Amino acid sequence: MEWDAGLSPADPLRFVALGEPYPRKVAEAQERSGEREALVTGAATILGVPVGLAVAEFGFLGASMGSVFGEKFARAAERAAAEDRAFIVFASSGGARMHEGVFSLFQLPKTIVAVESLSERRLPFITVLVDPCYGGVTASFATVADLILAEPGAMIGFAGPRVIEQVTRQKLPAGFQSAEFLLQHGMIDAIVPRPRLREELAHYIRLLTNQRSTSPVSFVTRQESDR
Amino acid sequence: MMQLTAWDRVQLARHQARPHTLDYITELLEEPRELHGDRLFRDDPAIVAAIGRFGTRSVIVLGHQKGASTTENVARNFGMPRPEGYRKAIRILHLAEKFGLPVITFIDTPAADPGLESEERGQAWAISSCLQAFLRAQVPTLAVVIGEGGSGGALALAVCDRLLMLENAIFAVASPEACAAILWRDAARAPEAAETMRITAQELHRFGIADEVIPEPAPAHLDASGTIRRVGQALERHLEELLQLWHEHGPAHARHLRWARYRAIGLWHEDPVT
Repeated sequence: MEWDAGLSPADPLRFVALGEPYPRKVAEAQERSGEREALVTGAATILGVPVGLAVAEFGFLGASMGSVFGEKFARAAERAAAEDRAFIVFASSGGARMHEGVFSLFQLPKTIVAVESLSERRLPFITVLVDPCYGGVTASFATVADLILAEPGAMIGFAGPRVIEQVTRQKLPAGFQSAEFLLQHGMIDAIVPRPRLREELAHYIRLLTNQRSTSPVSFVTRQESDR
Repeated sequence: MMQLTAWDRVQLARHQARPHTLDYITELLEEPRELHGDRLFRDDPAIVAAIGRFGTRSVIVLGHQKGASTTENVARNFGMPRPEGYRKAIRILHLAEKFGLPVITFIDTPAADPGLESEERGQAWAISSCLQAFLRAQVPTLAVVIGEGGSGGALALAVCDRLLMLENAIFAVASPEACAAILWRDAARAPEAAETMRITAQELHRFGIADEVIPEPAPAHLDASGTIRRVGQALERHLEELLQLWHEHGPAHARHLRWARYRAIGLWHEDPVT
């Protein structure tokens, strides 16, 4: 069941770039995607485990985080907490949404405040970082989760590779900012390929909440045998 | 004073002769001692920390530190913190909590450092943890934007019980140059971007994000001591209010108010949908 589908962006700055008003840009993105915003939230069940779910759609203005993204995220986290559900977020983003200026920037603390509701009730909060995930999303809720998972090969960071190369005039090494690189540097808990995500998410939630798991095969063992 | 454009304010906010965090620490605190290091990796010169007497009590000060010369700016990485800077801020914040000391922060950075090594050491992780530590802080917190409030790198020290801004300070989601490069594909259109982005202290106050604009009858680089004095007076006033709030209602209530404040920011349309 979808939550808060009625929220859509306002235009707090009356922002116009290259002759195009922000509301027109939003309308085009809505038309293309069939969604009102870059974040879709709702209730779901993963292999029998009830969860609150938030999924970022990169096709919608680069899944940039503005007021609606932040508000829908916050409401979903709080509603998951109220309904005793774990909260799972598929995070992908180009960063904060320029068109809403400082309102976008202040969605960072908003999302971090919202997940306190899950901490208070000791409910799992797990993020899955999906390619690409950068900027304000990586520097807020995505990296304060109880567990941080990523998809293989996903590119994840604070500053984008182009910015880093421009500023430092350094050539970036191969694999820099990949999920594998982040795992090695201690920034994420595990890399999980998409076909295994359901099973793994349900397994982690059951383990964290001290419930018997139904998953018969250790994922680590399976990964070893895949090599 | 004549009407300044947003781009004029950007130039003033970035002026090298503007007082920086250590100037405020020296002028406003008695017997200050600088505190160093994150206890994990190294001491970041772009974020300074100090303990000292402010009026009748001990306080902790944290702030971004830019240089007053090119040489000093290189040593300070132009005030752009690396992850160890944010981790130092978190450590010092916990120190303040242990001793129940109020925390004052001075915001003045173009951005968090966007370098290769900062990424390796988890820049995004350091910023989100710092935001969380400030939001959870069990002591009164006050922030003043004294110059440039550049994006997440500035925000990490700014999510306090009170957010004050100097008249010629700015706070932006990205630098006008970056915004122009992204949206106009032309960094030279930064003056136009600065206007469009609504980044001045007056606008942040109008949006309800900044609590107060501290006047600069003369721009801070022309009247450092007057500016620092006015900032000190505003801080004293807000600190008294916060301490009274803390005293009357306790830390849990005060923190609840802080959370409510940041939880509420944003504007959107909402249609009834079943």
